[in-house]
Amino acid sequence: MASKTGMWLFLFTEMLLFGGLFVVYSVYRYRNSVAFHLAANELSVFIGTINTIILLTSSTTIAMSITAMQKKNKKLSLILLGITIFLGLAFLVNKYFEWGAHIREHIYPGSSVLASRGQGDVLFYGLYFFMTGLHALHIIIGLVFIGIITGKIVRDKITFDNYVLHENSGLYWHLVDLIWIFLFPLFYLIT
Amino acid sequence: MHIIPYRTFLYVLALLITLTLTSVAVTRIYLGTLTVAAALLIAVVKSSFVLRIFMHLKFENKIYTIAVIAVILILCLVIIITLLDYLYR
Repeated sequence: MASKTGMWLFLFTEMLLFGGLFVVYSVYRYRNSVAFHLAANELSVFIGTINTIILLTSSTTIAMSITAMQKKNKKLSLILLGITIFLGLAFLVNKYFEWGAHIREHIYPGSSVLASRGQGDVLFYGLYFFMTGLHALHIIIGLVFIGIITGKIVRDKITFDNYVLHENSGLYWHLVDLIWIFLFPLFYLIT
Repeated sequence: MHIIPYRTFLYVLALLITLTLTSVAVTRIYLGTLTVAAALLIAVVKSSFVLRIFMHLKFENKIYTIAVIAVILILCLVIIITLLDYLYR
């Protein structure tokens, strides 16, 4: 019980962290709405949508893995956790392609090409790289966390009557999904 | 302990994917400022399902839900007040 409460408290700090970045986003968006609209057009809605669906599915599989644990189905729980990790990695691969495309065009924070495009674009892409980058870092952390949990389940350190750590990893992963649920429309769909 | 059936999670996933595709479709048509509002509204609905079902808030002690709402309110307030500041400079 204390463990779950502690996890929620930590999640609140994460919400405030990303929330702060959303404050920055809202101000710069308000002050450069046209530039933001135009810049958003350069992002791939298709990849963004696929990534959204990937994360939503991974949240589903990790939630189901907890039900499996509660029902003492260790094997199913492990399979579902494996799928969750796979989906998380797929998300990162997509991000690699997206970022790669931009960087190849010399669009990245600090590049002279970006600077020459004007203040609005500099702000949009600055926020884009920073916020999706910080989010991707959280995906990596989440995957490590889930990986550790998977190992513990294999070695029966986590069982149907002792799985708070498993639940907590689920909570962290859902938060990462929640953040993306807001990042997606604010960067990809504001055209 | 409360066990959520697998089926429930899959139904919620179907709903979340539908909402995602809806938000993409809605933003393809130009509605001016309403476009963003619509996309954000759908995002809020999606979040509420993730919070209540996936993160189990519906089945937990109400204090957790209250705490989450409080944090969200704080964030909204900060955004509103910051924007108000910029609006009236």
